[in-house]
Amino acid sequence: MTTAVPAPTAAAPPPLRRRLRGVTAESVFVERSLRHSLRDGESLLMAILLPVMLMLMFTWVFGGAIDSSGAYVDYVVPGIILTCAGFGASSTAVYVANDMRTGIIDRFRTMPLRAGAILTGHVVASLLRNLVATAIVIGVGVLVGFRPTGSLVEWVALAVLIALYILAITYLFAAIGLAAGSPEGANGYGFVLLFVPYLSSAFVPVASMPGWLQPIAAHQPVTPIVETIRGLLMGTPLNAEPWWAVGWCLVILVIAVAWGAWLFRRKAGRR
Amino acid sequence: MTTNAIEIHNLRKTFGRQTVIDGLSLTVERGEVFALLGPNGAGKTTTINVLTTLTSADSGTASVVGFNVRSQAVEVQRRISLTGQAAAVDDALTATENVVMFARLAGLGRGESHRRAAELIEQFGLTDAASRLVRAFSGGMRRRLDLALSFVVTPEVLFLDEPTTGLDTRSRRELWDLIRSLAASGTTVFLTTQYLEEADQLADRIAVLHNGRVAALGTAAELKARVGGDTVELHDENGELLREIPTDGTVSDLRRALDLLDEDGADGVVTLRRPSLDDVFLALTSPNAHAVKETA
Repeated sequence: MTTAVPAPTAAAPPPLRRRLRGVTAESVFVERSLRHSLRDGESLLMAILLPVMLMLMFTWVFGGAIDSSGAYVDYVVPGIILTCAGFGASSTAVYVANDMRTGIIDRFRTMPLRAGAILTGHVVASLLRNLVATAIVIGVGVLVGFRPTGSLVEWVALAVLIALYILAITYLFAAIGLAAGSPEGANGYGFVLLFVPYLSSAFVPVASMPGWLQPIAAHQPVTPIVETIRGLLMGTPLNAEPWWAVGWCLVILVIAVAWGAWLFRRKAGRR
Repeated sequence: MTTNAIEIHNLRKTFGRQTVIDGLSLTVERGEVFALLGPNGAGKTTTINVLTTLTSADSGTASVVGFNVRSQAVEVQRRISLTGQAAAVDDALTATENVVMFARLAGLGRGESHRRAAELIEQFGLTDAASRLVRAFSGGMRRRLDLALSFVVTPEVLFLDEPTTGLDTRSRRELWDLIRSLAASGTTVFLTTQYLEEADQLADRIAVLHNGRVAALGTAAELKARVGGDTVELHDENGELLREIPTDGTVSDLRRALDLLDEDGADGVVTLRRPSLDDVFLALTSPNAHAVKETA
């Protein structure tokens, strides 16, 4: 059977897709990604539970061996905060890789939307997810004996720095999600990056590491960020660390955004 | 307006050393249902990707409702919808949430989007599943939702990339009915398929794509006339094919074929096979028929 060709109608052509105003597309995608986060209970639980367990393990199990005075909790919480941000951000790589695999990104690309809007959705959702997880980790830290001395101004500065760090690392993971061949692969790359905090001053002072490792640990991006968090919360000397911290975050952010935009153009539409 | 729905002139696209589209030219009129028929690797999806602004061609031009897909991509994007091979719906959302999201991305307000979602959910037969996560949907339901997403704003041209691949017979027939009713409302439909039957059921005109080029173009009846009639097949008791004799579809030719089998004293089960895509290709590209059979 063949369908008859309908006569060209004189009626008005159907309405067009409207041009979106402001950040409508971005807000739709943020909403979408937040729904994903809330419905993906396991990932959400892991993003909170693992850092909390990490903290309990470092304070109660290793803490005594590393520093028997009991002050280790004050030393390690800044490191845990940072590791926590990494945990939560890594799931962004999986979400992005999944969008690439299902072809939904291609569908969005056939619509008149800003190309990066869908990534922005993932990144903003990750930022909110991680800020909540970080607040919980700090709360648990206080419960197990962490006693920060920071003023209100220092806490605000801390929040800004942590948000900047999460933003930078989430964009990096979003780009990794685009680069990875599959969600499973994206997950694997995520783990590699999660080891970076262990090679910094997050868990033990750089001075306690073997000589050859010290320059690497002292100059990698995570160390100045941890030292800044520590300075803001515990009043340890800040020196130039905040500048290095913000500088590193901005460098990572710029590279990740540029890499992500390049990958997005290249990879999408080529499954 | 007198502009054609789709115009393609001498389009070329290569990936590395592989030429996927090799001088393709086509015109699709407004309101037409047009099928691009071909095997995997014939260049069907790449053609759709070029027309829907996902991929840019190496040379040649393509326009959709009068707008160049490259220089006026946004104007094209405002007038088309794509329902791709993968049923690109959001698994982690409900059916309603999917439609609302796409409606809002098409520029409808919140309230308007919810109203539109309710309409489409009903129109596409998804009322019972409206608030269920898409993850739990059957293949047929996913395709219906996928089509609903393409109609949040009625497109001027609807692109369907292998719309029924992987569906069972019943879902396939349901989807065909749906596509027919959508086409009847005036939307131009450009679809790709590997199945002659699907092109036959849906399309006003069919282009057979072979090695990135149009090998034949016409109505289903015209193409079938070129392919010939049914083929008489003889199988042994294990279903192994013993002989096949093409016929031109007339009673006398069928009798001739059976007589031929009789003369050979053949023993087995006789079946009659409709022309398949393989047959269309063999008939249309006969000079290098063997090469075709391998790729098809």
